[in-house]
Amino acid sequence: MPDITPEQRERLLRAINNQRRPTVTVLSSLLAAQDELGYVPDEAIEEVAALNETTINEVWGVASFYTNFRFTPPGAHNVEICWGPTCHLMGASHILRRVMDRLGLEDEGETADGGISFKFNTCLGACSVAPVMSVDHHLVGRLTPESAERRVMEIGG
Amino acid sequence: MPSYEDLKQTADERWRELAAGDSAWVRVGAAMCGHSAGALEVLAAVRSELESRGLDARVDEVGCLGICYAEPLVDILAPGAAGRLFFHNVAPEDVPRIIESYLVDGRVPERGVLGWLGDEPPAGVPNLADIPGIAAQRRIALRNAGNTAPSDIHQYIANGGYAGIHKAISEMEPDDVIAEVRNSGLRGRGGAAFPTGIKWSFMSRGGGTKYMLCNCEEGDPGAYNDKGILESDPHTLLEGLMIGGYATRATNGIVFIRHGHDGPIDRTEEAIRQAYEAGVLGENVLGTDFSFDIEVALTGESYVAGEETALMEAIEGKRSQPRYRPPFPAAYGVWGFPSTINNVKTYSYTPQIISRGADWFKSVGTESSAGTAIICLNGNVRYPGLYEVPMGLTLGEVVNDIGGGVPDGKKLKLLQTGGPLGGVLSAESMSIRLDFDEMRAAGAILGSGGIIVGDEDVCAVDLTRVLVAFCQFESCGKCFPCRLGMEHLLEVTERIARCESKPGDLDLMRSVGATMEASSLCGHGQLGFGPIRSALNHFEEDFAAHIEERRCPTGSCLGPHIVPKNTRPYAHDFQPGAQNG
Repeated sequence: MPDITPEQRERLLRAINNQRRPTVTVLSSLLAAQDELGYVPDEAIEEVAALNETTINEVWGVASFYTNFRFTPPGAHNVEICWGPTCHLMGASHILRRVMDRLGLEDEGETADGGISFKFNTCLGACSVAPVMSVDHHLVGRLTPESAERRVMEIGG
Repeated sequence: MPSYEDLKQTADERWRELAAGDSAWVRVGAAMCGHSAGALEVLAAVRSELESRGLDARVDEVGCLGICYAEPLVDILAPGAAGRLFFHNVAPEDVPRIIESYLVDGRVPERGVLGWLGDEPPAGVPNLADIPGIAAQRRIALRNAGNTAPSDIHQYIANGGYAGIHKAISEMEPDDVIAEVRNSGLRGRGGAAFPTGIKWSFMSRGGGTKYMLCNCEEGDPGAYNDKGILESDPHTLLEGLMIGGYATRATNGIVFIRHGHDGPIDRTEEAIRQAYEAGVLGENVLGTDFSFDIEVALTGESYVAGEETALMEAIEGKRSQPRYRPPFPAAYGVWGFPSTINNVKTYSYTPQIISRGADWFKSVGTESSAGTAIICLNGNVRYPGLYEVPMGLTLGEVVNDIGGGVPDGKKLKLLQTGGPLGGVLSAESMSIRLDFDEMRAAGAILGSGGIIVGDEDVCAVDLTRVLVAFCQFESCGKCFPCRLGMEHLLEVTERIARCESKPGDLDLMRSVGATMEASSLCGHGQLGFGPIRSALNHFEEDFAAHIEERRCPTGSCLGPHIVPKNTRPYAHDFQPGAQNG
């Protein structure tokens, strides 16, 4: 894994040392690091451990537990598609099939050109307009396989 | 420090200006349902159209009125009008026409009008209150949703906000507040339906730091009512949390939300900031001896983080895995301090219970389930939405009258209620009432209020395997009856769905389920067999077709089947200790 740049390190330290919520924990620091850099690099694990006066293993234990953390740089865009029961009944599996084929993926991950990160989501919270996806954290509902594919193509998929 | 009366007076003046002023007031539904339907684009179109025409109007993002199927929803209160004109399913390109017609020409547009809310409806415009999705609602917790801007504390106060906490701290002793809540019959809305007043009375009575926790983890797929309250009216939650804090003599409140749900997080934090600024939160609330602090804590993605002790672990920044009990949270909770935890909906009823009294609250709902149910109605139903209705309505009234029934002339087959660990009910269950005990007796739960409707094309086996896949994916891994049991159940469900079952598979699942129920550490494992058991009870013939005839009657098990392969903890590429060098 490549080391982070000095500029990234500075952003990382600023993010974890200036958290805006009063209670600072291993988890809150990891979330701050990922919000800033888009992923949790090894250096972030070390810095979070130092900040919270705990061990690197302890921090890894937390980071590996929550499924939203990622440990490699993300693509320029991100796509999440809900596979929860409501979206499933409304046709999510066909949307997943179509979008994953378009992206050339068989599982979560990055497209070959690194442009798009794809992830499953267990519920985006907008079931009344299912099926739902999020494109760069913007929710899009009432999808069809065609409209979902179009949205992905718009960001270069 | 301004008194409550000062605050109310300022708020009332501002409200009069908004509701009866010289300029128009445009409200755009911008909860998650609105966002997903395109509300942000509509909002931008409204702002730019008003600006380019030089029209003086106030534009507010409001929450969810309940009728999500009509989102994006825009309503306009024209200067001097006695009501609000609502437009449904608005697209950005509709906006210029709407504004030109109604605000410039003073004429109700021909297309896109949903209805009128208020007095003196213009000729030919239906009354919004006649729409089943509005008429059937009895909104207590969501009373302001869609009507007031969540980002404006004055709008909340002008509509009776913070009157409950004001009454509690100025007229009542903490024990009186607990008694009032107990007498109201309020039961917890997070799933377990435990009487709230009794739960509050368990809190350690000693002094010192004590926590009142609010659970908005809301990982249940199919439920968005907690997030809906925070997005639509965060102050009502803050007020409820303060009432709980005063009643239990707690010092701190924490609102616990899943990272990534930016709408609810941002609006709650903005509301907290405003409440501090107005002096209704912090040291000496409204000039009294009562002091209370509230902050937001975020969790990463983990369903089990919604379990009460796992939630405390997550607040402390650890893996969200349940604790052993005893000690119970009321004695030893977050950071070891006495803690009481309730769901967003539960807290959000208490301002009205204190303001209007226990008897008033009890007059709504059924004998054993007082108040309302906040239902997330989804799936194969004509009018999906977020409906707050009195307890005691039948499932048939919810699905057919409010939801408009199953679309496209198809037949209703099943209801999946109470989240993934709840159960499924068949079309024969339409006379069951929304009531904690009646639902439980029928083998389902009201739980968090999610109701997913499935039509005749839904295969019970296919739905079950998605529910089981979810429960397996979300098992926290701490206790192995759940960790291994869910794996096992998933493996067997998958092969039944593929029509490749082995003899004795159903008995094998029942045996695994019994072990999980008896020996898992928390509800996730204890209830993990629930979806399968209830599906077998109601739709045994679906299973029999897969097992005996080797076919899926609806064909849906044969379609693409795509679920996440990563389970927790990541088994395939995680190398413990690899980072140590």
